[in-house]
Amino acid sequence: MKRETLIWLIVLVIAGIYLSYRFATVGIGSVYVQELGGEQAEAGVAEIAAGTATLSVSRTFGVWAAAIFTLCIFSFLYRDNPLYKFAESVVVGVSAAYWMVVQFWGVIIPNLLGKLWPAWIQSWAMPGLSPLYGAYWYMNLIPLALGVMLLWRLAPKGAWIARWPLAFIVGTTAGIRMVGFIEADFLSQIANSIVPLVVATDGSIDVWACIRNWIMILGIMACLVYFFFSIEHKGVVGHVSRVGIWVLMITFGASFGYTVMGRIALLAIRFEFLFDDWLWLIDPLQKRVGL
Amino acid sequence: MYQFFKTLDRRWVFLLMALAVGIPILMQLQFPEKPTGLAVVVFEEVERLNEGDKVLMAFDYDPSGEGELGPMATSFVRHCCEKRLKMYFTTLWPAGPQMIQDSINRVIRADFPGLVYGVDYVDLGYKSGEEGVIKVIVTNLRQLYTTDARGTNIDQIPMCLDVDNVQDMDLIVNVSAGYPGTKEWVQYASTPYPDDIRIVAGCTGVQAPLFYPYVPQQLPGMLAAIKGAAEYEELVVNKYAPDGPDPKYLEAKRRMGPQLVAHLLMIALIIGGNTIYFIERRRGGVSA
Repeated sequence: MKRETLIWLIVLVIAGIYLSYRFATVGIGSVYVQELGGEQAEAGVAEIAAGTATLSVSRTFGVWAAAIFTLCIFSFLYRDNPLYKFAESVVVGVSAAYWMVVQFWGVIIPNLLGKLWPAWIQSWAMPGLSPLYGAYWYMNLIPLALGVMLLWRLAPKGAWIARWPLAFIVGTTAGIRMVGFIEADFLSQIANSIVPLVVATDGSIDVWACIRNWIMILGIMACLVYFFFSIEHKGVVGHVSRVGIWVLMITFGASFGYTVMGRIALLAIRFEFLFDDWLWLIDPLQKRVGL
Repeated sequence: MYQFFKTLDRRWVFLLMALAVGIPILMQLQFPEKPTGLAVVVFEEVERLNEGDKVLMAFDYDPSGEGELGPMATSFVRHCCEKRLKMYFTTLWPAGPQMIQDSINRVIRADFPGLVYGVDYVDLGYKSGEEGVIKVIVTNLRQLYTTDARGTNIDQIPMCLDVDNVQDMDLIVNVSAGYPGTKEWVQYASTPYPDDIRIVAGCTGVQAPLFYPYVPQQLPGMLAAIKGAAEYEELVVNKYAPDGPDPKYLEAKRRMGPQLVAHLLMIALIIGGNTIYFIERRRGGVSA
């Protein structure tokens, strides 16, 4: 046996013994539930002590599964390994299945079949749906036809039929997004950039607001000059475009800082989950005081 | 020493980062938060509303964004509950319904049991179609939302009777982890209807720099990442629970402890990495 394998084996055995001991003595990772408004909700210490809460085997299993999958994914930081591959495959499989079920019950049933055959869908799938036809209900035959055409690509012959609905999707998406971007990101941004260079409030000049507006305008101009490639970046244009690069670099740095903050927050919540819900090493929400 | 750092295995960096995040969590390290301008604006946008005003709670995130956005969502719901606003929950993310349920269970059912479903809050659930959904419901809500998440006909829900479209809302609160999210709400709701639709957002750190150009004309206020969430928490807690809130309302503040230590480590690593780079360049090992 290789030395590295032996070390990992020892670590895993010690961890297994520790977890078994803690589970047997303290019950780490256990979840208790209570009835709240007709539904099961996680119970606190008071409910557990009063005997109104019961151990939820499924939720306890969920906590342990989530913890083990978290560690499997973390193991990639050491090296690619079968545990990571297993966890990754489970995520992909579960996500695909979840998406399929959600889209079927959230789109196909209410938005298509529910509008074409409302009484039939109401009778077995959606009791809250009106059984009456809406105005222009027959318009929904168009998406039905396009959907069937899209699925045609799975047929051995006539795969080209799928190109028509695909073209429709591409065209409408491009149109909708173009309008959104032109209005919100182009025209509105130009309007937002037209700001006073001398800001006066209550009869006096607001120096900080002036500086902020000047920096913004000069930064925008410098960046625009940098992206203006019709003139060679020499002389004055070269100097201004260099300022533009600096502005862009500062922007990228700020983005990087925010990204780091976001990633650390994600790591922190996984650690919190492992230390709190699974190992019971901390109790920030005071869920287990006196347990 | 130079050689050691030059050939340092990156796994040592991972271990250092794990310790930088893990130890403050175990020690439950916390620091005071001073709310900045954007968080104050978000707070005031909710504060200016009156009892019974309508708020669309668009929770466009899933478990992968829970670490940053969960505390924001909790604080938003708590704030709206304290103000007795009518909350219309919806999501454009397939795993969003669970996030909505989590917020409802954690805040409304636990601490505001007097609020009635269908009268004070409603879960309109998930709708597929990304920005297409926004584009439709800004003029006609019923075209897409025929039932709520429980399958009840929308015409039988009292608080939905006088709502025809999103323009009837007094405020949109969007918690966004990506696409579709704040960008799409700004593009298709607040920008085309600047006089009728006001929106405040809480977003992940990755998105935040993209949304700053929208502030303040198209997006009056924004909570950026966990820092924004901690500031907003501070404002809500100071106003509505000054004598010691439930710890669940201080989650973001608690997560700022590991943030500080991890950021210090990042700064040290960047300085160290650059120092090694310049030493090597001086020795002629790396070309500029």
